[in-house]
Amino acid sequence: MIGIGADRTQLREGGSMNLAALLADLGAELSPERVRADPLEVALYARDASMIEGRAAAVCFPTTTAEVQAAVRVARVHGRAVIPRGSGTGLAGGAVPVSADGVDPVVVVTTKMNRILEIDAEERVAWVQPGVLNLDLSRAVAHLGLHFAPDPSSQQACSVGGNVANNSGGPHCLLYGVTSAHVLAVEVVLADGSVAMLGGLDPDPGGYDLRGAFVGSEGTMGIATRIAVRLTPLPPTVRTLLVDFMSIDDAAAAVTGIIAAGLVPAALEMMDAPITRAVEEYVHAGFPLDAAAVLLVEVDGLPSGVDAAAATVAEVVAAHGARTIRVAADPAERALLWKGRKSAFGAIARIAPNYYLHDAVVPRGKLVDVLRQVNAIAERHGLAVMNVFHAGDGNLHPLLLFDRRHPGVVDRVFAAGKEIMEVCVAAGGVLSGEHGIGLEKRDYMGMIFSAADLDAQARLRAAFDPSGVCNPTKVLPAGSRCGDLQSVPEGAWV
Amino acid sequence: MTSVLERFAAEVGPTGPVVAVGGRTQWLVGGPPLTTAREVVAPGGVVDHQPAEMIVRVRAATTVAELDAVLAEAGQMVPLDPDDAVHATVGGVLAVGHSGPRRLRYGPVRDAVLEIVYVSADGTLIKAGAPVVKNVSGYDLCRLLVGSLGTLGLLSEVVLRVQPVPLARRWLAGSGDPFQARARLYRPSSVLWDGTTTWILLEGHPGDVDAEAARLGPGFAEVTGSPPLPTGGRISVRPGQLRSWCAVRSPGSYLAEFGVGTVHLLAPSESAVASHPDPVTARLGAEVKSRFDPSGRLNPGRQP
Repeated sequence: MIGIGADRTQLREGGSMNLAALLADLGAELSPERVRADPLEVALYARDASMIEGRAAAVCFPTTTAEVQAAVRVARVHGRAVIPRGSGTGLAGGAVPVSADGVDPVVVVTTKMNRILEIDAEERVAWVQPGVLNLDLSRAVAHLGLHFAPDPSSQQACSVGGNVANNSGGPHCLLYGVTSAHVLAVEVVLADGSVAMLGGLDPDPGGYDLRGAFVGSEGTMGIATRIAVRLTPLPPTVRTLLVDFMSIDDAAAAVTGIIAAGLVPAALEMMDAPITRAVEEYVHAGFPLDAAAVLLVEVDGLPSGVDAAAATVAEVVAAHGARTIRVAADPAERALLWKGRKSAFGAIARIAPNYYLHDAVVPRGKLVDVLRQVNAIAERHGLAVMNVFHAGDGNLHPLLLFDRRHPGVVDRVFAAGKEIMEVCVAAGGVLSGEHGIGLEKRDYMGMIFSAADLDAQARLRAAFDPSGVCNPTKVLPAGSRCGDLQSVPEGAWV
Repeated sequence: MTSVLERFAAEVGPTGPVVAVGGRTQWLVGGPPLTTAREVVAPGGVVDHQPAEMIVRVRAATTVAELDAVLAEAGQMVPLDPDDAVHATVGGVLAVGHSGPRRLRYGPVRDAVLEIVYVSADGTLIKAGAPVVKNVSGYDLCRLLVGSLGTLGLLSEVVLRVQPVPLARRWLAGSGDPFQARARLYRPSSVLWDGTTTWILLEGHPGDVDAEAARLGPGFAEVTGSPPLPTGGRISVRPGQLRSWCAVRSPGSYLAEFGVGTVHLLAPSESAVASHPDPVTARLGAEVKSRFDPSGRLNPGRQP
């Protein structure tokens, strides 16, 4: 557990009076039951799914755009930062309440904004509030033969607003693309409390693609209050194959081989032996307990193409030494195989009390080499490691298992984590494929970007939020803004 | 050793109005550039095509035809599909941001961009994104730059995501209703309508293309291709409103992309952009511009 923003001593004096005034103003705007400041309740929002902890002054649960505006304005008047939060499933600390000045921020939670506002089956568009859960949206449009394509493993719990903030992926983004490709328009409450509509339902809205800039901005550019998402037809044919290997190198080489054969499977997932055993003991899906690695390959589309792609997959994996190929016979078996994949993190809870889940992307051709190095790093630090990941797009997810009660282990976990990042970057990869930078990787940004690159990103952020009210200290390391930026007068160009 | 990108950045320099020239095929989109601005040309050439990674690194002044030829050797493509691939450059297509007529299946051009190296207003080379197919490390400057008409930075080199060329490809034309035709198909590559005739492009496995063609019924027959896209102007309509939009226009005066909403006009008669940002969003856009290009020196005169 890391504490951030510890230097709050100067604020203790008079803090309670300020807090009372803040709560009174928030309560007047939202209604008192949607503003919480009880220490126990607020403590629940001190963390997200990462290992980082912060501290909030108050937590509010708006239900409308106007209430989000009010919360932002009140927080601002009281000199408090605003921390947008969806379901809190983020793994990079993006929703942890911290501020640059040590004043406890206000958390704005979107979970009460959970209505699907409109579904247009012909245009294949839905307008949703940000707190709608990812899987609920797909379920709500399934009877129309449609779905929301981004499918992070946390899709039962994560919100569409959170998906927008993190430009979330999931197994099927290999074919269907990440969240940005499925977001047409976003209504955003900006840091000054005004409302902007970014993007639009027409194909080329005028002006810059601010929608594209906002998606993946991790809550640092405002709070999404309404989102227009693209709905994708359910594929007429789906085939899911479970392939196992006696060597992890062969499995990784088979992944490269499948992509090199000109196929773009709907999903191409890999699990190593330890995680396969853990999952099998948890869900009993019939995963082979003695395999060094398994691949879960899904191809979808029209029947002839699916037959041909499945045959090619079978040929390629056989050529790379696959031991057995199991084809899901029906939707129930397919669902069971996917349940195994998506329950991986639940399965781990039975093995170790804590885990640290990594997220990095490397060129697919480097998978074999990087996996070897990741496992060697874990071994050097005396940590158990399991790998379950989106192999098709090179998106690694090494899991380091540990027990926080052992003295010094957290330091070893972070040291190993940093080395894993260095290995991935050295292989030509990036810091995150779908979890985001948040606080966790903020200080690693210099590994992949120059000072000038980071300055450009800081300019974009400053255009949206010049005074740094929204989710401060996240994504960009301190000092990303070059000195000359300060000389640009605000609003000078308009 | 100075790289070609560094030489380009030096040529752009830190001062004075500059305009990036591609193939001049979309020169008037967003307004003509100021004639007093100094013309600069980005470097060209396909730098690195990695078929197994399904990515290609290409410099901005490369023509789309040249890129297409390199990718075709490996059975791959990036469906940029500009009207004039012989002259249009990759940088120009991305700066303008117009997607080709296969957007219905392959998505907008912005979704193909993985990395952009550009020259900023102060003459510095900046990298955004990375050459991997999935990446949320920092802000998505790439999508911001696509369609920015070079007003935020001058594109120098990009990494694009490539796709396999479909095994079969067939155009059909008929008098059937484009909405109904589209609803019968799984993922057509293009559905075009001029008020009288519907053209449909099917791509994929030959067996699927045959089956989809049969699903369209006897009202459709195979043709060699679509008519050329009219070049009188391009407007952006909500796909759900295309039917009512078309109902009050004379047939043959346009070609509309169903399911997408892009309409190509025969004669320039309406404004090029159908929707305008609300005042708050417009102010935000101006704020972005002022922070990326405080002196307004990049492609002055053009407005995305």
